[in-house]
Amino acid sequence: MIDQLFTEAVLVGILASGIRLATPYLYASIGETLSQRSGVLNLGVEGQMLLGAFTAFYITFTTGNLWLGVLAAMFVGLLMGLAMAFVTINLQAEQGISGIGFYLFGLGMSDLLFQKMLGTVATVSGFRPIHIPWLSDLPIIGKILFSQNILVYGAYLLVAVTWFVLNKTTLGLKIKAVGESPQAADSLGVSVSRIRYLTVSVGGMLSGLAGASLSIALLNVFQQNMTSGLGFIAVALVYFGGWRPFAVMGGALLFSMVNSLQLWVQVLNIPIPSDFAVMMPYVLTIIALVITVQRVRPPSALTKPFERGH
Amino acid sequence: MEKWRQSETVSRLLDAMLPVYATLAALGVGAVMLLLLGANPLEAFGALLEGAFGSTNALADTVVKATPLLLIGLGICISFRGNVINIGGEGQMIVGALTATALGLAFPESPGIVMIPLAMILGFLGGALWGGIPGALKAYFNVNEILSTIMMNAIAVQLMNFLLSGPMIDPIQAARDSQIPQTARLAAQFDLPRLIPTRLHLGALIAVVLAVAVYFLLWRTTLGYRIRAVGQNPHASRYAGIDVKRQIVFALLLSGAFAGLAGAVQVFGVNHRMITDGSATGFTGSAGFNGIVAALFGQLHPLGTIPASFLFGALLVGANKLQRVVQVPSAVIIALNGLVVVFVVSSEIFRRRREQKRLTDAMISQSEDGPPPDIPAPANVEGTP
Amino acid sequence: MFSNKIKMILLLVLVALLISACGGTEEAATPEVFKVAVVMPSAINDLAFSQSMYDALLGIQTEMGAENFEFVYSESMFVVDDAAAAIRDYASQGYNLIIAHGSQYGSSLQEIAPDFPETSFAWGTTVDTFGLPNVFAYEARSEEGGYVMGVMAAMLSESGIIGVVGPIETGDAKLYVDGFAAGVAATNDAAQVNSNWIGSFSDVALASEAAQTHIGAGADVMTGTAQMVVGAVGVAEENGVLWFGTQSSQTSLAPSIVVANQVYRWEVVLNEMIELIKGGTYGGQSFLITLENGGLVIDYNPAFTLPAEVTEAAGAAIDGIIDGSIKVTP
Repeated sequence: MIDQLFTEAVLVGILASGIRLATPYLYASIGETLSQRSGVLNLGVEGQMLLGAFTAFYITFTTGNLWLGVLAAMFVGLLMGLAMAFVTINLQAEQGISGIGFYLFGLGMSDLLFQKMLGTVATVSGFRPIHIPWLSDLPIIGKILFSQNILVYGAYLLVAVTWFVLNKTTLGLKIKAVGESPQAADSLGVSVSRIRYLTVSVGGMLSGLAGASLSIALLNVFQQNMTSGLGFIAVALVYFGGWRPFAVMGGALLFSMVNSLQLWVQVLNIPIPSDFAVMMPYVLTIIALVITVQRVRPPSALTKPFERGH
Repeated sequence: MEKWRQSETVSRLLDAMLPVYATLAALGVGAVMLLLLGANPLEAFGALLEGAFGSTNALADTVVKATPLLLIGLGICISFRGNVINIGGEGQMIVGALTATALGLAFPESPGIVMIPLAMILGFLGGALWGGIPGALKAYFNVNEILSTIMMNAIAVQLMNFLLSGPMIDPIQAARDSQIPQTARLAAQFDLPRLIPTRLHLGALIAVVLAVAVYFLLWRTTLGYRIRAVGQNPHASRYAGIDVKRQIVFALLLSGAFAGLAGAVQVFGVNHRMITDGSATGFTGSAGFNGIVAALFGQLHPLGTIPASFLFGALLVGANKLQRVVQVPSAVIIALNGLVVVFVVSSEIFRRRREQKRLTDAMISQSEDGPPPDIPAPANVEGTP
Repeated sequence: MFSNKIKMILLLVLVALLISACGGTEEAATPEVFKVAVVMPSAINDLAFSQSMYDALLGIQTEMGAENFEFVYSESMFVVDDAAAAIRDYASQGYNLIIAHGSQYGSSLQEIAPDFPETSFAWGTTVDTFGLPNVFAYEARSEEGGYVMGVMAAMLSESGIIGVVGPIETGDAKLYVDGFAAGVAATNDAAQVNSNWIGSFSDVALASEAAQTHIGAGADVMTGTAQMVVGAVGVAEENGVLWFGTQSSQTSLAPSIVVANQVYRWEVVLNEMIELIKGGTYGGQSFLITLENGGLVIDYNPAFTLPAEVTEAAGAAIDGIIDGSIKVTP
């Protein structure tokens, strides 16, 4: 029975669905990576995603314009990010707890808006898969890699861009400096709060985009609490990847592929209780980290507010 | 000197009131939301107060709601003081409840006086196991505890779903087609005694006693001292000969244990059986997260966590009443809770600034009048300011 | 605790609400108005379990008139403990009937009901009244509709592979899926039913991936139960895979591919309960909604052209279940 798993259809299915499922995690985790690299832990990702998902859905539903939906979701995410930045940077509030507050706010607010403005579950026609000419006709990898929708491609592009920004630009250097040693960065004339404002609000924007990728690209519906813990997994994946964009991507892919594997295990009637199948991605993510024994250290200033002259 | 002391007391009092002001400010924003929804904010907040404090039953409900928050908050005080972030309260609470319930179901004939303490201990141990695993993974494999505790929450939920629909299922349900995933009701003699004729049960008292115990643990024992030392400066602790890894395991283990106990208390005191709707929240009511909030509101001080849990419990209980009375969507209340958390945590800066000022004042007066009063260091999650 | 002023405001608002509920007429509510409170685990617009109850209560209100029938609700009460507090609170406010719409509320009800002997309680889905004289129980024989849908699914499937997306394998979801599988097996024993239990009632993304998996495995007909299946319906529509809905009508989500829905019409049993309560019986009985008593209705999508032989087979299955010649044993 296990050998059924190793057929082409199943493997293609697992890989294609893993790549697709990883999309919302990628947007959110990359945003979180940026903000954590600068020293701010944002636990409110899930709330930002939900508000982004609703906004994208609502705007698309009423205007029929998908890109307007994406922009609106990013804008709402940006606003949430700015609020988070104000609270954690200017008011120096404890980061983890304010994140939980923003999560609750987003969870409730998105549901409230949904009930008042839409009233019922509906569907939109979201981003369709783009079949890249010639490449999508390639055997096996054509279906896996080159027949996805634009927001999926965008997520992987974002990983590369973020890697480049963090490692090859002055801005990246500043972000890392602020996250490792804000005092030193400050003494060198880098504005700690400006950098943190930037990363936290961009992080919020990307979380909003992550929500949009769910509501108008992958699922094309909105429902209350539709992210169902996805935002928290996205935060966990940042730790999995040790704050490095490509490693974070590896984590997102691993988690998503194991998740799609467990769905296949059930569909192929392999006799494992479904509860244990559902556990698989969580267990394997931990095991993967244990086996690879990382020596990566979190950014030294993570969760520590910065005040001049300390 | 006398005058200075007086202003000191007033100043402290003002600090203690800060979260209340912040909550009021958040409710002010909430009032605007309610107005937009066409509800009367006065009526709504009247309902909130009445729901939380309006009658003996309401007060009892508030305390019942606050009990798991306090227990989990105590564990959070320990782990956060040790610079270990435990977001796994949900899973630890579930596992503690499962182990305690399993024991209760296995020996239905035993007397309550024997079973209740044993079940509480087993719940404590179950939670310790679920917290100890991420602790060991962090200490010996460098697996970040935020990641592992989030994952362990999901695993615990599926474990619960499996056990309640299989090995631990109520025999009555097992015989039916629908098979509701719940255990049998625990024997009546295992119910935690009621303190007054309401839902208020012994668990609340246990939690308060343990709050004092955790205070002693953290500030009067070597273990507590070591956990705090590692939290404040792991490098210095290592030079001082403390086994840092072991303290990390202890911090998460103890933190999990209190969450596990909260689970056992919830089952034996309130639900009397375990039942799952497929999610963690259905059983925990998000106590694993709300407990963190309560502990941080309480300045990560076990005794401060007592009123913080009570206030947060009141907010949760009152909010449900609000939904019933003014018939606004439950979503408003969740959003409102979020605002309260954000406002309260943001108001902390004023307290810190005043603390700083007092410290400076005290130093000045010390140079004039002798040694300063004992001023606790400002709480900081990471332990190091 | 409260000043008279606040009480006055409270009263005024209540009166205003009543007046607006009466559709603007000046008539005050008569003392015989029947008051119902319901506690539900998810949102009233979930297109599934909670909505089925909300729609039923709205229907009764339209039928009896708002001046004779009022209802209030607490939605999204997934925390059992909070639901218990709500039930107790409603009971102390003198509602005629309090509905605990979720099997997880049972143990709370068992404790609360004896304290309010003059109030009637109903809970579902179950058949257990705990032997209490003021508790009704209600359950949907969802396997019956599931069976009928299974018959249709087996006939419509060309690949012979049918996918099911469910939350956790218990309760109402289990009944439905078992019935569905039985219907498929009875019609085409070569057809294969693949089930995916995703372990959550809210994870829309996973439900949608589960549907993708079924399609990848060759399924051309799917069904699913609980509120997160909206994600799966979207995927089915994108891929032109047929869908069968249950609990509430999901036709509006994807009119091109939804074949039929099993719709719960709780008003059938609620009306019976209301009559009993008015006659002084507060509980002690358990009710079922079935195809026979009209509580379960197969709601065909008018926009979907169903081959005549499929409609006939479905009709035959319904008749067979009603007259007892088909026994659906999950």
